[in-house]
Amino acid sequence: MAIEFDLDFIFGHINYWLFVILMLTGLYIVVARGNLLKKIVGLNLFQAAVFMLYISMGKISGGTAPILTDNPDEIYSNPLPHVLILTAIVVGIATTSLGLALIVRINESYGTIEEDEILELDRQKSQAEIDQVAKEASRSS
Amino acid sequence: MELVLTSLLFFALIATAIAIALVRRLFAVVMLAGVFSLLAAMLFVLMDAVDVAFTEAAVGAGISTVLMLGTIALTARSEKQPSSYSLVPLVIVVLTGLVLIYGTLDMPNFGAPDAPVQQHVGPDYIRKTPQDIHVPNVVTAVLASYRGYDTLGETTVVFTAGLGVILLISGLGRRPRRRKRGDD
Amino acid sequence: MDHHLILRVITKILVAPILLYGLYVQFHGDFGPGGGFQAGVIFAVGFILFGIVFGLRRLRRIFPDYVVHQLVALGVLLFAGTGIVNMALGGNFLDYNVLGEKGYQGQHWGIIAVELGVGVTVFGVMMAIFYSFAGRPPSLDDKEW
Repeated sequence: MAIEFDLDFIFGHINYWLFVILMLTGLYIVVARGNLLKKIVGLNLFQAAVFMLYISMGKISGGTAPILTDNPDEIYSNPLPHVLILTAIVVGIATTSLGLALIVRINESYGTIEEDEILELDRQKSQAEIDQVAKEASRSS
Repeated sequence: MELVLTSLLFFALIATAIAIALVRRLFAVVMLAGVFSLLAAMLFVLMDAVDVAFTEAAVGAGISTVLMLGTIALTARSEKQPSSYSLVPLVIVVLTGLVLIYGTLDMPNFGAPDAPVQQHVGPDYIRKTPQDIHVPNVVTAVLASYRGYDTLGETTVVFTAGLGVILLISGLGRRPRRRKRGDD
Repeated sequence: MDHHLILRVITKILVAPILLYGLYVQFHGDFGPGGGFQAGVIFAVGFILFGIVFGLRRLRRIFPDYVVHQLVALGVLLFAGTGIVNMALGGNFLDYNVLGEKGYQGQHWGIIAVELGVGVTVFGVMMAIFYSFAGRPPSLDDKEW
């Protein structure tokens, strides 16, 4: 695979690289930040970057939005990615709200939405259960 | 002109994304996410996807901001200061980025009319819509008619997600709440 | 919860145009940008704005919970029901050609019905989600923001 890194190539691909940067910012937030709400925002960024990638693939230079006009020589951008992403955005908000609802419930039972504190509470609880079992076992024997 | 606008928007998008990563106050994070959605909507307009831009503006800047503010009101208002910084996430992210960029290298140029995407069903839909369906907006034609199954599935997903939220936090079915144990 | 006077007046002015715009987007989706997904969200935004400013109780008087929950299901039923009607008329599932005398007339009817189904479901889900979040007792005070 021989690629010429000339100006044409760079201008034709720079949009993909910018999407990659956006996507990675989202990924970084998801991986590095412990706050659950912020993780959801990061996931949304990630998602938006993927949407942009799809839409940019349907674009034809010199084209216009795929709403038919009377001019027969008009060039239209590809409508298919638009359809896919349009529905994906609405599904995205529905699933995001499901995630937010889970966060609300987590906050109600743990009192925090920080990941490390939740894990710590979980660890303490399972440790307490193990202790309990061990105590009962020693008492019965 | 279009190139200048696009690059300006990209610059603003990346700046917003980095700001979201750095800010600790969740209120600011949510507001920045709304700004991000609006900028993304503008970018969609520049890329001829008016329907998508419309949806993104209504959903991203409207509903999702309201929902996230609602979540903040129910949980906490700022992020905790992390106890330790680790390099692992950064390494993961950079590695993923390199792989992704390697993947883009043999993609067609932006806006190329002879790209593989433009060869199959897309132009077909544009050609056939005037005879088959007689509506000017091809996106609606594809969404509701050619790919009706797809949209039925998506609607069902929205329905299911809504059902999940109702079951999780609307408190239906256990209205008279027992307050026996310490309700934290 | 008593909001600022300006907020209340502006909301009263804004709600009706937002709802009208939602209807326009819903039924003009074949000709310009728009369709059921956007219209459902915009319609819900109009009511959510009302609910935020004037309180959830007044909004619930207009749209009780059970109505919203029924709307959520009604939209999907309308969508799938259109497909079933097509089958009853001798076509394939979601093949709207059989709905009208000429193929494209049937397509128009089918698209309107399906988009309405999508719009109703999206509206219902957004309202239901808003009710769920707003109906919980908040853990932060108004001043704490």
